[in-house]
Amino acid sequence: MATTSYRKVINDGLWTNNPALVQILGLCPLLAISSNVINALGLGLATTLTLVASNLTVSLIRNQIRPEIRIPVFVLVIAAVVTTIELSMNAFFHELYLVLGIFIPLIVTNCVIIARAEAFASKNSVGLSALDGLMMGLGFTSVLVVLGGLREVIGQGTLFANAHLMFGEVGRSMTMVVIEDYRGFLLAVLPPGAFMMLGFIIAIKNVIDARRKRMAVPVIVAAPAEA
Amino acid sequence: MEFKTPTSPHIHSGASVSRVMLLVVAAAIPGIAVYVGFFGWGVVINIMLALITALACEAGMLLIRKRPVLPFLADGSAVVTAILLALALPAIAPWWIVVIGAAFAIIIAKQLYGGLGYNPFNPAMAGYVMLLVSFPIEMTRWQAPLSQTDLAPGFFDSWNIIFSGLSDKITDAISMATPLDTLKTELRLDQNIDQIITGNPLFSNLAGLGWEWINIAFLVGGLFLLYKRIISWHIPVAMLATIALLSGMFYIIDPNQFSSPTIHLLSGATMLGAFFIATDPVSAATSNPGRIVYGIGIGVFTYVIRTWGGYPDAIAFSVLLMNMVAPTIDYYIKPRVFGHGQKK
Repeated sequence: MATTSYRKVINDGLWTNNPALVQILGLCPLLAISSNVINALGLGLATTLTLVASNLTVSLIRNQIRPEIRIPVFVLVIAAVVTTIELSMNAFFHELYLVLGIFIPLIVTNCVIIARAEAFASKNSVGLSALDGLMMGLGFTSVLVVLGGLREVIGQGTLFANAHLMFGEVGRSMTMVVIEDYRGFLLAVLPPGAFMMLGFIIAIKNVIDARRKRMAVPVIVAAPAEA
Repeated sequence: MEFKTPTSPHIHSGASVSRVMLLVVAAAIPGIAVYVGFFGWGVVINIMLALITALACEAGMLLIRKRPVLPFLADGSAVVTAILLALALPAIAPWWIVVIGAAFAIIIAKQLYGGLGYNPFNPAMAGYVMLLVSFPIEMTRWQAPLSQTDLAPGFFDSWNIIFSGLSDKITDAISMATPLDTLKTELRLDQNIDQIITGNPLFSNLAGLGWEWINIAFLVGGLFLLYKRIISWHIPVAMLATIALLSGMFYIIDPNQFSSPTIHLLSGATMLGAFFIATDPVSAATSNPGRIVYGIGIGVFTYVIRTWGGYPDAIAFSVLLMNMVAPTIDYYIKPRVFGHGQKK
């Protein structure tokens, strides 16, 4: 693990080991909140912040805690971080906080966070751990936003509805009506639609990976011949 | 299908998937004909649309999955799915309802699971329930029987309604609640069954106007399938007996609050469901005792949802619920393997 490079951490978080697409962690908030872009973005950023803060703290104290009690300590750290974020959101983004509701405190139970604390932050330096938290969070957020965008367009025919909850009054002009006079496709808004679309996104990722692998093989074979 | 294997030599019965599917389509024809007689040509247009969509989606998915296209198209399973789905839809549903439903049934409920033989859910019913959940308005706008409306649509009228979508006003003029729907709504308004049915042109001697004969025609088609040994008697008999028993019991307790067994047996999709949908060999239980349990389950769910649930008819929900349970039924009720154990 000592050789873990910054590049690999970035790559892992965003693509190769993406928490939503590869580790399939944190599905509950992922599927429940991704019914539109703004909710998805709000929850994604809150989760990212939690990941960075908890990874940072865990990495700082990793040499002080005994291995027997590490999990309870991690849980306490995460709970403290989430409580702080919850209270701040309540103060600064009150309406968004009301929309996201129970899913903000529930970030505590998002398995991505404890998984990164245990699997990465407790074994790596502070800088790497913070970066890992950031990249895992961004990977999670991007999937959440893509899923939210798809569900919002297919389900309601809009994009960035309720943007004022996050960006203030400027946000009202951000809402786009993608399809005029749309009757709505309820399935995309309901949880089954979320499951199906996440399945499609994972399938697309696997197709891309398989393509890349096939493209990569001839290069490796050809390289020694050139040398 | 039953495959009893005595000692060799064996003679092949000639049963193939295509022949089975062809006979199922043939058996549905009387039902479709009666449907057209009572409700006009919309259902035929729906069937054509569903057929084209289903076959195109099947071919497309087979190409993507790199499977041979023609043999799988020729097996006719997509044809049966399309017909069953179209029969379940309102005859004046707009064209995109049919297209989305058929595409969902074939692409998601069938091919994504691995194609014919691998789908855990009945594709036609999965498509239907998806539509019912997603588009409640279009999916509950049923056409009135032709004899009950001044604007009885002919073939081209139906064509126009389906493709260009008339204004809501005209659609409202030719649509009407189904008998099961009427019963449900009126019962909620504290009417008793006698008041609802007497004098209401939607009801006739046996059950709902038109629907009773459609159900009898599907019953005839189903008996033909039984006679041809395409389906076994276990599922339809268990399902219909359960519905009859439950509705009979409650009817005896309070005939003012619970509709009679004839209404339950001859309304909505009961017969179509019992003989054509529940008997789907892929998604049903496989052993004969298992099939009886499976049929009873569908009957119970149908009666419970129709009587106390939010939807007027429940064949699709019941079939999907029991599809889910079918593997468990097969796990606990296994046929005795030849040479092992004793019949008690």
